[in-house]
Amino acid sequence: MLTNLVLNGAPVTLDLPDETLLVDALRDHLGLTGTHIGCDTSQCGACNVLVDGMALKSCTLLLATLDGRQVTTIEGLGTAEHLHPMQAAFRAHHGLQCGFCTPGMVVAGIAIAETYGADVDVATVRHALEGNLCRCTGYQNIVTSIMAGAKAMMADAGTGV
Amino acid sequence: MTPFSLHRPDTVEQALAAFAGDAAWLAGGHTLIPAMKSRLRQVERLVDLSKLHALEGIEHMGDSLLVGAMARHVSVATSPVVKAAIPGLALLAGGIGDPQVRNKGTLGGSIANNDPAADYPAALLALNALVDTSRGTHAADDYFQGMFTTALEDGELITAVRFAVPLAFHYAKIRHPASRYALAGVAVARFADGHRVGVTGATSGALRWTQAEAALNSGGALPAVLVHDDLAADIHASAQYRAHLAGVMLKQALAAIGSAG
Repeated sequence: MLTNLVLNGAPVTLDLPDETLLVDALRDHLGLTGTHIGCDTSQCGACNVLVDGMALKSCTLLLATLDGRQVTTIEGLGTAEHLHPMQAAFRAHHGLQCGFCTPGMVVAGIAIAETYGADVDVATVRHALEGNLCRCTGYQNIVTSIMAGAKAMMADAGTGV
Repeated sequence: MTPFSLHRPDTVEQALAAFAGDAAWLAGGHTLIPAMKSRLRQVERLVDLSKLHALEGIEHMGDSLLVGAMARHVSVATSPVVKAAIPGLALLAGGIGDPQVRNKGTLGGSIANNDPAADYPAALLALNALVDTSRGTHAADDYFQGMFTTALEDGELITAVRFAVPLAFHYAKIRHPASRYALAGVAVARFADGHRVGVTGATSGALRWTQAEAALNSGGALPAVLVHDDLAADIHASAQYRAHLAGVMLKQALAAIGSAG
């Protein structure tokens, strides 16, 4: 089925079999391998992407059901030279070890910041991360990163950056 | 997944016309797609309901709260209408799965699937809900028929659920820490003419807890444990433990709504 997306800000048209999952279209057909497949059963959140600004698990979305929607992956958030504030916060606060869960964590973190704002508290962040699994670090630095990233995002928004 | 054809109707009429042969409805897909990926389920035709925006409405109508079948869990959890009419239902929706699942999963999908540990079925039973479909209306008591089984016929489409607005309602559950499904969940509603109690997770399918209702409505002693001949037992929890947890969840739900117990 023909599917039109706005992917990371640019229009994309794909003609793939109806059963194609968003995550497979991203990784296998578009070469965007930053979105990871962890559990493949909608538990772990490594495949999180933003669809119209909302965090969703791309392993459990059929590509063709997203016709006309805006999809943002980790590749669309920032560049190596100019990281997204949430990415910068993960780097500054050592919010990753092996990095496998990180794209999904950053996407979840952005959704948390957008939902709860700059002053989101620890308990809320921990609760809101229940759909994301990390098997390396434990969650302490991830939570710290998201709290710092939320502050940075809202400060940027406030100054119109 | 094995190949299938996807259909994306804009209206209920188009959806009903598109459903033919070996077909299934696709609502949020957060149970169906994993089941299809693991080949527990294979279909030739999938009819996607995500463009049926008319089924997303939430409305307080007299004595009932109408929630459209395609209302997502996040919409119910954050709806000012739900929070005003049945705040405990908003809390229930906000506790399903995780945030990404709640951004996609729907009321209609949950009750069509009728997972024995799903949260909504207990609430529909306690809140004496009516399930509106393309072919008529089912009372919740008749609708839920045990594990993954409902009164729905092949091709019958849920359009909305009408919950009776109670004086008070609360749902308490103890979740499995990994799957986040309820090991036992108890929904209690207090109406002017008495209490209704729904249980999920503890048995092979959601059901009314009639002994608890009788005790509440007569002022008798509450059952300490759930007595039932079809208690669920698996690697996560024994039947005895689930029966005990149901009793604990009943007390928690009653305490939350200030009912004696």
